[in-house]
Amino acid sequence: MSDMDEYLEMFFVECDELLEAVATGLRQMDEGTYEMETVHAVFRAVHSIKGGAAAFGLTDLVSFAHKFETALDLLRSSALDLSPQAMAVFHRSSDCLADLVAAARISDTRENALREELLIELEALIGEEDETEADVDFVPLSLDLGDFGGSPVGDRYVISLMAEADLYRSGNDPAALIRALEKLGEVRVTLDAGNVPVLSEWSADTPTLRWQIELETEALLSEVEAVFEFVEDRCRLSIATIDQTTEDPDPDLRDSQDPEPQDSDMAEPAITEGTPPAQTSPAPSAAAPRPEGRAEAPGAKAAEATTTATIRVNLDRVDKLMNMIGELVIKEAMLTQVIQTAGLSEEPEVVGALEGLRQLAGDIQESVMAIRAQPLKQVFQRMHRIVREAADATGKQVRLVTVGEQTEVDKTMIERLIDPLTHMIRNSVDHGLEDSVRRHRSGKPQEGAITLSAAHKSGRVQIEVSDDGGGIDRARVRSIAEDKGLVVPGASLTPGEIDSLLFLPGFSSKDEVSALSGRGVGLDVVRREITALGGRVTIASTEGKGTTFTISLPLTLAVLEGMLIQLDDQTLVLPITAVQETLRPDHATLHHIGATGRALLNRGELIPIIDLGCTFGLRPAPGDAHNGVLIVVETDNHKRAAFQVDAIHDQRQVVIKSLEENYGRVSGVSAATILGDGKIALIIDPEEIITSSTSDHGRDRMAIAANG
Amino acid sequence: MLQTISHNAQGKHDVIAFKLTDQDFCIDIGLVREIRGWSPTTVLPHAPHYVRGVINLRGSVVTVVDLSARLGFGASEPTHRHVVIIAMHEGRIVGLLADLVSDIVTISDDSIQAVPDIASDPAHEFITGMITFDDGRILRKIDLMQLLPDAPQYGG
Amino acid sequence: MPTRILAIDDSPTIRGLVSRALKAAGFEVYTASDGVEGLGVLADADPDLIITDVNMPRMDGFGLIEGVRGSLEYATVPILVLTTESGSDLKARARRAGATGWIVKPFEDAQLVAIIDKVLGR
Repeated sequence: MSDMDEYLEMFFVECDELLEAVATGLRQMDEGTYEMETVHAVFRAVHSIKGGAAAFGLTDLVSFAHKFETALDLLRSSALDLSPQAMAVFHRSSDCLADLVAAARISDTRENALREELLIELEALIGEEDETEADVDFVPLSLDLGDFGGSPVGDRYVISLMAEADLYRSGNDPAALIRALEKLGEVRVTLDAGNVPVLSEWSADTPTLRWQIELETEALLSEVEAVFEFVEDRCRLSIATIDQTTEDPDPDLRDSQDPEPQDSDMAEPAITEGTPPAQTSPAPSAAAPRPEGRAEAPGAKAAEATTTATIRVNLDRVDKLMNMIGELVIKEAMLTQVIQTAGLSEEPEVVGALEGLRQLAGDIQESVMAIRAQPLKQVFQRMHRIVREAADATGKQVRLVTVGEQTEVDKTMIERLIDPLTHMIRNSVDHGLEDSVRRHRSGKPQEGAITLSAAHKSGRVQIEVSDDGGGIDRARVRSIAEDKGLVVPGASLTPGEIDSLLFLPGFSSKDEVSALSGRGVGLDVVRREITALGGRVTIASTEGKGTTFTISLPLTLAVLEGMLIQLDDQTLVLPITAVQETLRPDHATLHHIGATGRALLNRGELIPIIDLGCTFGLRPAPGDAHNGVLIVVETDNHKRAAFQVDAIHDQRQVVIKSLEENYGRVSGVSAATILGDGKIALIIDPEEIITSSTSDHGRDRMAIAANG
Repeated sequence: MLQTISHNAQGKHDVIAFKLTDQDFCIDIGLVREIRGWSPTTVLPHAPHYVRGVINLRGSVVTVVDLSARLGFGASEPTHRHVVIIAMHEGRIVGLLADLVSDIVTISDDSIQAVPDIASDPAHEFITGMITFDDGRILRKIDLMQLLPDAPQYGG
Repeated sequence: MPTRILAIDDSPTIRGLVSRALKAAGFEVYTASDGVEGLGVLADADPDLIITDVNMPRMDGFGLIEGVRGSLEYATVPILVLTTESGSDLKARARRAGATGWIVKPFEDAQLVAIIDKVLGR
């Protein structure tokens, strides 16, 4: 069944939400001031995971969720005290549940050691009393729940049924029961209405109608009994097997052959021998007092009665829409160009229509981006677990504070942020925070704090990971970098530059690779991953106070606001976010330093001039700065440079096209775009150009690191 | 995908034949997505000499490799007679700049001969087989895999 | 006129699986995600039978059964409880609340339909 896969995928999506609910609920419980509803909610979420998992035969998940749920249930009924130990087990169980879901998602059936361990710990919480393995029955059950053993086949049964009021009240119907029996074999039904009192004495609570049913079937007794599964304590029922070999279907023998009725405390209903039974075989439905009072709903039947306000959409469809909007933006740019060529760009009507079109395209683009936008919450929530694990591994006490979880970024970015953030958090616990002895000595609380925050900042998303640790030991970082040959000994480095050494490949500030952070991943990988998202990572550190890593990300991976510049016959795009100002140099501001070095004196600061034509290998030597335009740009590390270009054309939104997909990375270039004339223009990566253009050897190494 | 239909009969398949200077080359038609006329490319900084630049193929950025430069004949001077053969290679799309597409030829697998051992010629490593015809014509079969090194080797 | 079934479960997956199985068997299916919503759509769905989960936010399955049984029009509509427990505790509770019967998760489509058929006498 192929559509089962679809439901399975749906289940996993649901699991993500449920797991989040579990984690959030447990954290609220951590804080002590929780309400019972929180426990209920956690219980329900675990229970739902179990239910869904059972439907797909995910047995490891089911049995674990069951044990977890049982412990939570005890908590619900106050049979279990919420000790810190219990809380820790719950947290770890929540993590384990997430692992098991993840494993099931990729059909990983390997043994999970954590699961085995936690099953034992949960068991200990639950105690021995009420846990029987029979409850964990996730093998699809067949209908015959009662195990009465097999009786010989090819039998005749005589069934006596006297419905109590509760049978009707519970929505059961003797007629339905008889029809179910008909499916098993040949049925002869006799209605005994002899007990029906006169109306004045009639009470709904006293059963009066009695059915005698003869059933000839090959079904087992257990199958016959299964028909009455739902009503066995809502009627007086007796089922007798008449051995075919006895060949004695004499009705007179019926009563004597009836076994004790199940409700033995009730007096055997008196059956008047002489009453001629009313033959109503085989349809006693007329006698069934099931009220037919409810009217057919008049007229309009509501369609699917769900009232959900959200829909799930395959991401591919949104991506496709996004691509089409990208094409629309390009087409609009093309149209603008055509109109310009045709000399119509001054026509007020054309200008107005074009402006309207541009506005509309922008609005659509924004709307689609909003569809793709997701709160960072789901990433941030995961980090609680990372902190817990890191704290366990290092023996440090750590508290994670999250701020701005609701900040939204592009869905693709959410997924790709998990790895780098995980590593940064681990790094902060491992390297950022001091051990408890040193914290105590410096008068800090035992428990270290890591703050993970997010906010929108001037058209970008800024995520910060900060710790209240000892700050970067710059002397140590420097000596390690020198030892490893990453910088020339004695090179003049600003504090910020020393901090940036941490991003160099192969740099590890701990003498030995620690079990936690040293998983073959360094901060260089973090930087590369963030750069691949069009983002930047910077460090700020204050001795004794702590360290803050700042990630700055574009809102979307799809478009950026760029400045179109000219270099020889090539048009390129410079992201507007980096641009501080543009100016034409004159003799007063332009200064030569040595044979080739040139700098711009701008507001008292000497800014190095970089000829982009040389950078991109379009000309062998820098052109005359007087003939070009200078664009002052600043990096996230507050390094400034002036880019020399031949001309500036225009400022516009461009659609980002991957260059790596069909080619590879080009240094100094972050991506490509398509211009109005259909030609491709490269998007400049100013950060990389500035970082790599400085001459110091150590800085060159840094440039290599930045280039990945 | 076109790859799947490249074998039109047992032991036979189609190739696209094209000229570079005065030699005939071919590549498996299954790899070819389309053939376009030459249009100016956007230059890629720090690219290998045989990478002509990139073009826009219906919204995708496609690298154009100058086959002539790649095979050691020297850089092409593209004219309107030049074509760009758009080929798919391991999920990546690439354009091959060639002089002129001459034909689609059906060749039988057993007509492919090994390349004679002419060491040191740069073209040697890109040619996987030679197909000889009765009229004396020879097709040199190009291996895209060899022609296009992995992405990391391209970049600056 | 096809038999109308109202399926109530807070899990979209289970709702989906139940709907799919029932629609395949020719039932007309309405869904709700908890007891409150279930009671809310009762008149619209006008069900011949209700299938409900037990553990749900806002109003659980027992609350729903109570509500349905307390109504005038739907007092005797068969209600099947979906439960992961095959234990007797829950069955007893469901029975006390006035459930017609129960279905143990996980179920096979055929089982689900067989139980419904049995209860409806189809």
